[in-house]
Amino acid sequence: MGKTLFQKVWDAHAVRTLSNGQTQLFIGTHLIHEVTSPQAFGMLRDLGLKVAFPHRTFATVDHIVPTDQFAEPYRDPLAQAMMDELRKNCAEFGVTFFDRATGKQGIVHIVGPEQGITQPGTTIACGDSHTSTHGAFGAVAFGIGTTQIRDLLATQTMAIGPLKVRRIQVDGKLLPGVYAKDVILHIIRVLGVNGGTGYAYEYAGEIFDGFSMEERMTVCNMSIEGGARVGYVNPDETTFQYLKGRPYAPKAAEWEAAVTRWRSFASDPDATYDDVVHIRGEDIPPTVTWGINPGQGISIDENVPSVETASESEKASVAEALEYMKLEPGAPIKGTKIDVAFMGSCTNGRYSDFVEVARYLAGRKVAPGVKAIAVPGSQGVAAILKEKGIDRVFAEAGFEWREAGCSMCLAMNPDKLVGDQLCASSSNRNFKGRQGSPTGRTILMSPLMVAAAAVEGRVSDAREVFGIHELATA
Amino acid sequence: MALAKITEVRGRAVHVPGDDIDTDRIIPARFMKCVTFDGLGEFLFYDVRKNADGSDKPHPLNDPKHAGATVLVSGANFGCGSSREHAPQAIYRYGFRGVVAESFAEIFFGNCTTLGIPCFSVSRADREALAALLAADPQAEVTMDVEKLEVRCAGKTFKASLRDSAHKGLVTGQWDPIGELLEGAPQIAKVASGLAYV
Repeated sequence: MGKTLFQKVWDAHAVRTLSNGQTQLFIGTHLIHEVTSPQAFGMLRDLGLKVAFPHRTFATVDHIVPTDQFAEPYRDPLAQAMMDELRKNCAEFGVTFFDRATGKQGIVHIVGPEQGITQPGTTIACGDSHTSTHGAFGAVAFGIGTTQIRDLLATQTMAIGPLKVRRIQVDGKLLPGVYAKDVILHIIRVLGVNGGTGYAYEYAGEIFDGFSMEERMTVCNMSIEGGARVGYVNPDETTFQYLKGRPYAPKAAEWEAAVTRWRSFASDPDATYDDVVHIRGEDIPPTVTWGINPGQGISIDENVPSVETASESEKASVAEALEYMKLEPGAPIKGTKIDVAFMGSCTNGRYSDFVEVARYLAGRKVAPGVKAIAVPGSQGVAAILKEKGIDRVFAEAGFEWREAGCSMCLAMNPDKLVGDQLCASSSNRNFKGRQGSPTGRTILMSPLMVAAAAVEGRVSDAREVFGIHELATA
Repeated sequence: MALAKITEVRGRAVHVPGDDIDTDRIIPARFMKCVTFDGLGEFLFYDVRKNADGSDKPHPLNDPKHAGATVLVSGANFGCGSSREHAPQAIYRYGFRGVVAESFAEIFFGNCTTLGIPCFSVSRADREALAALLAADPQAEVTMDVEKLEVRCAGKTFKASLRDSAHKGLVTGQWDPIGELLEGAPQIAKVASGLAYV
């Protein structure tokens, strides 16, 4: 009987069974950042322990870095203290740190793939729930807490139980103007925000086969928003092409051996799954959220739900979401006035996201009264966009072009919503207060829909705004 | 490492209603600008408990009737979202020693278990019944019996579930795995040596 990629990777990394029945799992790559690691290093010191595999641990700084200020000290002394702490910890314990001066700094889930650290058939963990992103490469990648970071630093292993595997197969074709972000928002809408509890999501089928690595990362990134602990796509030629020549990818003679090994980790054709879900690509609309969790999404053409039309079990959460979002029940979501447009984050702050938006944004202007910010996910992304003049397209349209970081996705840096501002956002979470204001409101959407909202000043259908229907049928 | 066996959590309880209560709500991101977990307790549920000027909003945690509660009761998918351990740390440092909810997000559940906080799942009907008992008598004592996997309150008993590994870890005092993980050093080296990329 065939095995899934998840099972193969698990078996290759299982150290032993612990007394509570969990598995001690070896984690080949540990990624760390400034927010969730300082306490773990503190615990390590308290226990008098060292980092067991410093060469398999990589750090960067992303959440707290200001996007409008490169030089230190930062205006926010707390942010500076976290920066100093990470720098000190990495130096003391011998961990590679992609500090800003290296030119390799950025959001941890963008830097890992960009450097070629993220590889198929490996296990990866990071103190950040969006570690699921790395599954795009056929890695099994877990978001973890700080005590587990301590465990990893000390032993390169963690205690964890196995997961079931759900294959989510999306076949057919995507309609013009529909992107990876719409695919994952649709999946979460269909399966629910806790539908993935206990599961790894394997994304398969024609749509994912045809996706670029960056599109696969967008989908895997939001697996956690569907409650799945990990999400992955089986490695293929697209994966290998992306990795070839990257700084940490295998070189020369080692390359072919690595590709052969990576290929062997893909799920077998006769693998058995705990669950299989089929979705047709044509059924996926441009999707936007209207509520306070990523599962509360609707097509751009749909109306905001009302309490009356919600199912019995959802009435309370629909009422709570409507009250917080201050949206009119039953009214179209399209046309909702926005205050802020945010383009960036570990979900959609990659090179191709900006390139795709720039195709349509060129020659357009951000609507008066809208604050629009564009934040590349890494210094690497920023550099290549600058080289190609993409930054200027955004700037000329009226976007503020910023330095790399997490920025307004969770607003631990100075980029925040104010009051009850409504933000069209390419990020991953629309939770209450997520973007820095306790009453701030977030509507999640694809980068192109963010651009459409920015130029119209309202939640809009990018296909109409940018004439994508016509292009597709011309 | 010798740890306390966690066989029971007993005390008053407070019901914080709602499904999908995420870790951003449990501890807003701006309070994570810190290099230790000290002091996080005072920021628990901050934005739903406090107005911008720091005054109290109506919230169960602000109700003096629930002061000193050690058991937190809530809805489905509690602790979803960010993996931040700051959330269970804030819950613990506020004074809670156990959580009863309909279901939990996985990373949150794991983080809590590693801190010795039992997270019991109960049915929706039982959660509502427990909430009704607490509304009727906020002083009622609640017992989370970790050995028997029951919640008892005001003469009523509710059946709870807890993942086997968490159950074993808590009742045997092995909820923090670091000691056992370290003991695996020889096997760790063996697995590492078999992995071409390490």
